[in-house]
Amino acid sequence: MAEVTLKNLSKSFGDDVAVEDISMTVPDGAFVVLLGPTGTGKTTTLRLISGLEKPDRGEVWIGGRNVQGETPAQRDVAMVFQQYSLYPHLTVRDNLAFPLKSPILDFSKPEIERKVAEVADVLQINHKLDNKATALSGGEMQRVSIGRALVRDPAIYLMDEPLSSLDAKLRTDLRVELKRIQASLGATLLYVTHDQIEAMTMATHVGVLDHGLLVQFGSPREIYENPNSLYVASRLGQPRINILPVDLFGSAPSGATHIGMRPEHIKQGEGQEAQVQRVEHLGDQNRLHLTFQGHAITTIADPATDYETGAHIKIAPNNPIFFDADGNRVR
Amino acid sequence: MAQIQIKNIRKEFGDFVAVKESSFTIEDGEFFMLLGPSGCGKTTTLRMIAGLELPTAGEIYLDGEEISQKPPSQRDIAFVFQMFALYPHMNVRKNLSYPLVSQGMPKAQVKAKIDEVAQILGIQDILNRPVGGLSGGDRQRVALGRAIVRDPKAFMMDEPLGALDAEFREHMAEELRALHDRMNATTVYVTHDQLEAMQMGDKIVVMNNAVVEQFGTPLEIYDKPATMFVADFIGSPSMNFLRFDGTVAEGAQAVEMHGQTIGVPKQMQGAKGKIVFGVRPEHAKLNDSGAYRGEVLATEYLGTTQIVTLDTPNGELKARIDSGQIAKVGEKVGLAFEAPKITLFDEMSGQALRSELNQGVFTHG
Repeated sequence: MAEVTLKNLSKSFGDDVAVEDISMTVPDGAFVVLLGPTGTGKTTTLRLISGLEKPDRGEVWIGGRNVQGETPAQRDVAMVFQQYSLYPHLTVRDNLAFPLKSPILDFSKPEIERKVAEVADVLQINHKLDNKATALSGGEMQRVSIGRALVRDPAIYLMDEPLSSLDAKLRTDLRVELKRIQASLGATLLYVTHDQIEAMTMATHVGVLDHGLLVQFGSPREIYENPNSLYVASRLGQPRINILPVDLFGSAPSGATHIGMRPEHIKQGEGQEAQVQRVEHLGDQNRLHLTFQGHAITTIADPATDYETGAHIKIAPNNPIFFDADGNRVR
Repeated sequence: MAQIQIKNIRKEFGDFVAVKESSFTIEDGEFFMLLGPSGCGKTTTLRMIAGLELPTAGEIYLDGEEISQKPPSQRDIAFVFQMFALYPHMNVRKNLSYPLVSQGMPKAQVKAKIDEVAQILGIQDILNRPVGGLSGGDRQRVALGRAIVRDPKAFMMDEPLGALDAEFREHMAEELRALHDRMNATTVYVTHDQLEAMQMGDKIVVMNNAVVEQFGTPLEIYDKPATMFVADFIGSPSMNFLRFDGTVAEGAQAVEMHGQTIGVPKQMQGAKGKIVFGVRPEHAKLNDSGAYRGEVLATEYLGTTQIVTLDTPNGELKARIDSGQIAKVGEKVGLAFEAPKITLFDEMSGQALRSELNQGVFTHG
């Protein structure tokens, strides 16, 4: 495994700037997630690293080596795509072994067998090795396609939304599994997604992208607790952070135009009066939809509380964060 | 608006039974969810209420009148399909007025009705626009409007938000629920998304394999699951199942699991053999003094809370704890469970054992 560094990487397609001056380091053994909505340059960044696209400017360094001019094969990266691409006529075993049979790798038969068995073990698909790829469930197919990357022991794994085509339950299971596999192999992994839960739960580092720009890079906890802009604050957290005009709650740092309060950062029972519009009983928590001086606010309450629609409830910000008119953090 | 009563309804397609004898009541003005995995019979049930399928047996009462064999046109129920079913060559107003004009409603009355509905949906300013250029949200509002203008007794909706991306879906779900709160129209809504059902529904019917597993309010279903299927289907992460061989005496307030005595609600029913200890992630806490122990396998940061996956002597367990509390992978920790919130199940039947917690839920459904 290896460290990967991007230096001032830029890429445009015609007038569309896909990636703009991105610099970042994926440390050896880290699980880095690039998070952003569709069209923010996540996939382009992966393709620039793998060599499937050429940058307009900037450099990609893999394991201390500038890989400019190298082919994807020479760069020694393994990619997993959103749509599992398996050979339907081959068994799971042959699908997994296929990347190892590449003539430039020159593995012996017993070596291939050992590696396939190892990966099948990690992914818990040993009992399916002799099945045809088409005889698998969606989750199993995606595990096999992840397995095809894992057999190779490359410098870095690049994964492009590999879980997004799976159903919710399976995604939850594979999230834990993928993180476990990455940690146990000590693998370097760069993973792109628009799913904030995946970013929060799996990453050692999250990079938040906005229109081709890397706007913040840090641990999930840093990004969640200490966002440097309104955009970043809105990317993480469910329900979303409440953004309100700053003058509603009294004192604020100078220059601030908006106050941001995460739903769990609102004190109940003190402060100013709001009205309950609706209560969602989700079992582990109650979500309260409030109106406060004409603004909608979402907050959460203990499942044991029994607020009803129309009730009045006092609220006050607890550890709010502030933003200026451009959406930048004001401290 | 109307009450809908389903009595022992059954539907067969040849040899295949899509819905087995099912009964439940949808009260006037309720937002009612039919929830279950694909193929469970929820859409067939909805289609039988709307009259798009005729039941093989059983009765459906709309405001006391038996309608199970009547054609859809005589039921006065509006069906909202995938929400994008609009006439592309007509503008918004024409799309909305079409159902009324085809009923022969006078022009002035049509106009008044359209204005009223447009106001409810907040689409007054796009009435003269062609539907082709509308945003996804506006198209959905128009599609909804076409169902609303007819003033039907009830609305049937089949996964109307299914095709939307997560962020927009959340927004539309809130809007749909707010709309319902303004109109108070009886609504039956099919979904496979448990969070959507919990967020939007007044009542939920959980179906599986053509059978109604449970029927109740979201909280009843979450706190007092009647079967292992329901416990597993609702909640994210879902309820943990710790399996053990043992005996539960009637009146017992604890069970013996892996040599430890663990509190449960007072049991109203004895059981013996393969038992399942069901605990929600937020009702399991890490506690150094706990004698029942597990090893931390993984942690998942979620902001204020984190999910900790543990290996216990009775199987894998996920606990939802404060993200400030430290849990290290590989560490062995003690566990404590909130006794009043535990549900025990008989593993063979999958049914919950009756206890002080859940005794009320078996009287209906």
